[in-house]
Amino acid sequence: MNQIQNFTKGFLKENPVFVLLLGMCPTLGTTTSALNGLGMGLATAFVLTMSNMVISMVKNQIPDKVRIPSFIVIIASFVTIVELTMQAYAPALYEQLGLFIPLIVVNCIVLGRAEAFASKNTVWSSVIDGLGMGLGFAFALTILGGARELLGSGAIFGVHLIKGDLMLVFVLAPGAFIALGYIIALVNKINKTV
Amino acid sequence: MDYFVIIISAIFVSNIVLTQFLGICPFLGVSTRISTSIGMGGAVLFVMTLATMTTWIFQYYILIPYGLEFMQTIVFILVIAALVQMVEIMLKKVSPALYQALGIFLPLITTNCAVLGVAILTMQKHFNLLEGVVFSISTAIGYTMALVIFAGIREHLDIIEVPKGMRGIPIALVTAGILAMAFMGFTGMVK
Repeated sequence: MNQIQNFTKGFLKENPVFVLLLGMCPTLGTTTSALNGLGMGLATAFVLTMSNMVISMVKNQIPDKVRIPSFIVIIASFVTIVELTMQAYAPALYEQLGLFIPLIVVNCIVLGRAEAFASKNTVWSSVIDGLGMGLGFAFALTILGGARELLGSGAIFGVHLIKGDLMLVFVLAPGAFIALGYIIALVNKINKTV
Repeated sequence: MDYFVIIISAIFVSNIVLTQFLGICPFLGVSTRISTSIGMGGAVLFVMTLATMTTWIFQYYILIPYGLEFMQTIVFILVIAALVQMVEIMLKKVSPALYQALGIFLPLITTNCAVLGVAILTMQKHFNLLEGVVFSISTAIGYTMALVIFAGIREHLDIIEVPKGMRGIPIALVTAGILAMAFMGFTGMVK
């Protein structure tokens, strides 16, 4: 596989959220607006890229038996970096995302890519894979966040487009499930025709 | 804090799956049969309570006295991963019957964000040890309840005609949305 395919597969064909159905908790929990979705997505993309890089560098030094715990420690370190950085420079976003920032550690995508890709491939292609998958995740979260924000409050990225009362339920918990369900059905359709 | 308030709010008002969005992966993954949902719920109850107790002790006797609160994420996930391994080994020796019932769910629990989430929430809400235990038990009961209700609905979904594009996960998510709407009715029960 060439590097361009490796990079773009995360957006539609193997999109972590819409196709692989990984990392559903932050997907549903943080996408009350497009901006929150994007913030969460980029934080995850950073952790994914960095941990993929480090894991592919040290993969030959780690004994097979303690592989998973070692991966978790590496991932947790980057999550802590993101957590502290965000707390210092983007406190408003940190408040909004709350619990879901430390929970990047248990996001199945990060450990999944570490185990399925970074532990078998070279440093460079692991970085590309992490970047592609991470940005695909951010892309999915922004789409879902945008759809919910538009339907629920008539705005995208905080810019009001539609006036008046809308379907508030889309900003609340049930809307997350319903919107994601329809988007997944749509992406299945697109992937079948492309 | 009143224990009754903790129990009611953890089970109904802020149900961990349907309003907090934690533990969604197993919620969608294993909830196709009622019996597996009960097994998963039992395993979560067991691990969540133990994990909250252990992380509470780590937080108040190691992290805070030595000023290491920023290590919370790393320490908690390691403690939980080690705990799950230990529980698995011990169950295999002590109670093979229980291991048979819960065994396949245990490895899944390390990456179940509900367990780490509840441990972190317990620290954020400054619960004492007993309140933390009550909180995690009632959260797990709420989790099992959501899982069992959802599995019951999905067993029915199998036998009805669903439009082709919506089969599988999409219709399950829409169903979960409607279930979450029902749970919104509990909002305001506890201030």
